[in-house]
Amino acid sequence: MSAVILGAGMHPWGKWGRPFTEYGVAAARAALRDAGLAWSDVQFVVGADTIRNGYPGFVAGATFAQAMGWNGARIASCYAACASGAQAIDIARTRILAGLCDVALVVGADSTPKGFFKPVGGDRPDDPDWLRFRLLGATNPAYFALYARRRMALYGSTAEDFAAVKVKNALAGSLNGNARYRRTTTAEQVLASPMVADPLRLMDICATSDGGAALVLASDDFARRHGASGPVRLAAVSTVTPTFPGTVLELPNFATDSTAAVPPPERTFRASIAHAAYEEAGLGPGDLSFAEVYDLSTALELDWVEDVGLCPPGEAEKLLRAGDTALGGRIPVNPSGGLASFGEAVPAQAIAQVCELTWQLRGRAGARQVEGARAGLAANQGLFGHGSAIITTT
Amino acid sequence: MTAPVIDGWFTVDDGTAHLLGTRCSDCRTVYFPPQTGLCRNPHCDGEDLTGTRLSRRGTVWSYTNACYPPPAPFVTAEPYVPVTLAAVELAEEGIVVLGQVKDLTVEDLHVGMELELTWGPLADGPPVWMWGRP
Repeated sequence: MSAVILGAGMHPWGKWGRPFTEYGVAAARAALRDAGLAWSDVQFVVGADTIRNGYPGFVAGATFAQAMGWNGARIASCYAACASGAQAIDIARTRILAGLCDVALVVGADSTPKGFFKPVGGDRPDDPDWLRFRLLGATNPAYFALYARRRMALYGSTAEDFAAVKVKNALAGSLNGNARYRRTTTAEQVLASPMVADPLRLMDICATSDGGAALVLASDDFARRHGASGPVRLAAVSTVTPTFPGTVLELPNFATDSTAAVPPPERTFRASIAHAAYEEAGLGPGDLSFAEVYDLSTALELDWVEDVGLCPPGEAEKLLRAGDTALGGRIPVNPSGGLASFGEAVPAQAIAQVCELTWQLRGRAGARQVEGARAGLAANQGLFGHGSAIITTT
Repeated sequence: MTAPVIDGWFTVDDGTAHLLGTRCSDCRTVYFPPQTGLCRNPHCDGEDLTGTRLSRRGTVWSYTNACYPPPAPFVTAEPYVPVTLAAVELAEEGIVVLGQVKDLTVEDLHVGMELELTWGPLADGPPVWMWGRP
């Protein structure tokens, strides 16, 4: 038995400041239409929470179910930072695999304030996410910049390489009607944009966005009865946590773990997330047709290319320069346009990645279609030991 | 010196700054910020984390700056001067510690260079640990 994706739907990404519920419901309705199912067919709703929209955001599953019109479905809500959407998918597919339901709806949506993400309000000196701003002024881009500078020092990456990632992703995003930024760009424009956190410039860093994404998951038995032919399969959902001691300085921490007593683990956290997904799917990086990775910054996409095993450490620039990771290349990375073109709508983003996987594997991604796509991977990482990798196959 | 911005994370003795961590009496794992209670090494049952001063010198793991004023609760100086940040690796403890950098900009830094612990005031007065030129 396995879980399949019957429907995928999105509300376009942008910045409108409307209630997040609106985006989520629009995405949910689109996913149900795509699946050919009615809201009354849904037995289980999982909402990926948003922490910037008050109580309704903390009980997203209930908020969406109420907005769709209470139908008696069971609900769950979960928060896992940037991996919230993936955990929501995991919860839904687990209930399906346990035989407790046939049809589940997964929804994530966010409405975001302008500017840097900042901690939730109030004086909270026991919260590291509050303290890193208070003591150090360490924003999210500051951490992305630390990784970028480290990459430059270890592998000789250049600002031009980072700009080339943006140019590649902007081109793919220009072909995606759901993307917020749909203009192509040049390396010169990226390199001329204002420095935010050295060495990262404004156009190297993903924005914060409004948006909504939804999936309809079902058991394969139900899909057969429903007459779905060859639905996209969820081959793996990895939501593993880090292994002590972590040696990469992660948001929102002040320090790494200490390696004084225990040597570093075999794989970094990001690499371990993807590794667990490959193990579960029984596939390897060489089996992928494309990948969606969490390009919070241009430089981070290069890290991810290595972390998901598309090349050895330090060689992502080679793939980039050869055009391998561009649309039409050997292994396109972020054919959706990635966060570079979307900006981040936290609880919706991991679900949006899987929407792209679904459309690509159905061969319905239009001008950004990866030819002959058979298997795709989506990966992300967020605060507090959260991360995910999802593999889908035809 | 006014009260530090946070209790128990660092101290200044005769003008010399020290980061205050804890160390597990059983497995010797070091913690910064200082943890109390249970050791977080999953292979260790230690319940006795005692105070320890961290090495004062380390090498730059990476660095950056904040070209735009960070949002509250950070308090920005007027006029705003970009904050420089460095993540510094302490060899003995096997730990990387993030801090503001004093009197140096990103132009002065490179990965692998040695920095030493110092301290300086936040814009609204309270002192915080900083990394500086040895």
